[in-house]
Amino acid sequence: MSATRPTAYVNARLLDPESGYDGPGALVVTEGVIAGVEHRAKIENPSADLLIHDCGGALLIPGLVDLRVKTGEPGSEPKETLKSASLAAAAGGVTTVVVQPDTDPVVDEPAVVDFILRRARDIELVHVLAAGAATRGLEGKRMAELGLMAEAGAVYFTDADRPIVDSKVFRRVLSYARAFGRPVSHRPIEPHLSSGAVATEGELAGRLGLPSVPAVAERIMLERDLALAELTAADLIVDQITTAGALDSLRRALGRGVRATATTSINHLCFNEMDIGDYRTFCRLDPPLRAEADRQALIAALADGEVKIVTSAHTPAPAEDKRLPFAEAAPGAVGLETLLAALLGLHHEDGLALMTLIRAVTLAPAELLGLACGRLRPGAPADLTLCDIDAPRVIDADKLRSKSKNSPFDGRRVQGQVLLTVVDGRVVFGG
Amino acid sequence: MSGDANPSIASRRMDNARDDAGDVEAAIKAKVFAFPHPHFLGVDRLDRPTVDALLDLGDTFVALNRRLEKKLSLLRGRTLVNLFFESSTRTQSSFELAAKRLGADTVNMSPKTSSITKGETLIDTAVTLNAMKPDLLVVRHSASGAAALLSQKVSCSVVNAGDGWHEHPTQALLDALAIRRAFGQVGGLTVAICGDVLHSRVARSNVGLLQLLGARVRLVGPPTLMPASADQWGVEVFHDMRRGIAGADVVMMLRLQLERMDGAMVPSTREYFRYFGLDREKLASAAPNVRVMHPGPMNRGVEIDSEIADDVSISLIQDQVEMGVAARMAVLASLAARLSNDR
Repeated sequence: MSATRPTAYVNARLLDPESGYDGPGALVVTEGVIAGVEHRAKIENPSADLLIHDCGGALLIPGLVDLRVKTGEPGSEPKETLKSASLAAAAGGVTTVVVQPDTDPVVDEPAVVDFILRRARDIELVHVLAAGAATRGLEGKRMAELGLMAEAGAVYFTDADRPIVDSKVFRRVLSYARAFGRPVSHRPIEPHLSSGAVATEGELAGRLGLPSVPAVAERIMLERDLALAELTAADLIVDQITTAGALDSLRRALGRGVRATATTSINHLCFNEMDIGDYRTFCRLDPPLRAEADRQALIAALADGEVKIVTSAHTPAPAEDKRLPFAEAAPGAVGLETLLAALLGLHHEDGLALMTLIRAVTLAPAELLGLACGRLRPGAPADLTLCDIDAPRVIDADKLRSKSKNSPFDGRRVQGQVLLTVVDGRVVFGG
Repeated sequence: MSGDANPSIASRRMDNARDDAGDVEAAIKAKVFAFPHPHFLGVDRLDRPTVDALLDLGDTFVALNRRLEKKLSLLRGRTLVNLFFESSTRTQSSFELAAKRLGADTVNMSPKTSSITKGETLIDTAVTLNAMKPDLLVVRHSASGAAALLSQKVSCSVVNAGDGWHEHPTQALLDALAIRRAFGQVGGLTVAICGDVLHSRVARSNVGLLQLLGARVRLVGPPTLMPASADQWGVEVFHDMRRGIAGADVVMMLRLQLERMDGAMVPSTREYFRYFGLDREKLASAAPNVRVMHPGPMNRGVEIDSEIADDVSISLIQDQVEMGVAARMAVLASLAARLSNDR
């Protein structure tokens, strides 16, 4: 990593979810680390070698940490590589991504974890961390080498989109992972109710003639997951909670002191099932889009702190996998590059507090994984995102840096433009 | 039956009766209109005047089809491709006859599909076919929304001949034509659609079209074969067949796929027939002049008793087949009326 000149970011609006500060400020970065934070716009008596970057009043926040990112590497590089995903992340103000283990080969042994981390280091853009598979081959039957993968750098364990149906296996994964200090992420979906489904049961799916799953399929599995987390005292990450019924279950469990951290995807905060409209396959997601009442419940739960983390759920799918009849199209949407703009939409349009939203993509995921980033504090890594939160623009999927352009935000008018992304003091986007 | 929704029907029917052989073509010419959309994808895009015009035009084609000389030149020089990813002898030959009687050239294609490549085949086949410059593309596919997707990729007119569980709009149109000819009008009738509503594109299209024409629609079937949201479709939902068809003017039976009967969706064939099969005893609760319909092919003794299916005083099933050709001729002729040579 090349040495960079000490830099002062002045005349910024600093927002730090750790201290709760939101106001004028300046920040000095040396040796890739935040050296000083000033709660006024200027630096007094700057030293001569200090590079001054005038932020022009734009919002300076910790770089985003995205817990749920898929690339196609290894195995499906035409979809997305670690490089193209890193470029998209940098352009989106995301400085740390956690890639999912459902690649080919599956990330279920330390050598594959090591491969990904080494590839990412060579790219030298954003921090790429890896989640390891919870079970071998994501088959839900036998535990993967959780200890060895943790040692190799896996930050949490998950079978990604696949629920671990066997409760005995899942219990063992939870308790075993706990011994290595790693949380386990699990998708709450009852697989029998949801088998073959591509939409949420309701008026729209019925009218469109799409196989659908009732919303309770999420609550049923979440109740089991929460009960097992309680039994094992393990750290559970709820992967993409999306329904009002499941939020009720979560609320009760949190009240009992269950160690569960709920995440949701930006897509489920911004869209509802009606966006499927006339079979728009870019809105074919897993879990499927929900009713508007669920979306409103999700926004309320984010505001209340019950849902702590928002992810992009970045899932590249090339055009040929999306230009199909709805039920045959690949699920998922890219989101790294649009995450921040979409979040700001929740601030501008749905009235969510900026601090709440930024915390959900910075400090909250960083704390969950025990990372030093996600905050503006002396000594923290200089992972920073500078953003004009009011700049209007129209998202054009064709211009996204991801190799796959499957964005449901295509054509959407948003306010918010990333101006600068800094990783360990290095500018990786803008400037 | 209440109110006369369309006072012109009686006089039109008399007009038809007066038609001698030479007047049939004049009547057709007078009724042909340009369809308001480039494609015929579903009943949800239709309005009442368009449906009335299609039914009126369909009536004229019924007269034509009953003549010895059936061939017209309305579609001469046009090419129709039947693209059936799901096999259906009945619907495919109905479209083929309809097109030929209008003077079009027809090609039938039934691409072999595998579960891995079927989606690719849809777009790839459509693009390939499109390059051969057909004018009308009739498509059937197992996935809901397939016809609409295809219509975005081709420059010819697409006719939906059934997409998954979603729509089968020409079936609904022919059913409406059969009902209108049997009763004089559709408005005010009570129509009970019975059986596997969940997986039925016929049911979805019929609910929409019958409601547009002013009929009261009921859906009858076991809860496992009823969409969870069916009660939001503006229909009455029944799980008891005798109550569901009580006083009904039309009982429309749906085909039940036998693989759904083996404990998956209903416990057994005999249990299904006991509660949801149409027999004389259940039919006794319907209106005295009830007519029975079925889109075919029938599972005799499973969803319908042969005795009823073959009773021409009750069954409209043969009329439906006849109306199928006429209704599809109306759709093709009105779509073709949009086409111009400089397209």
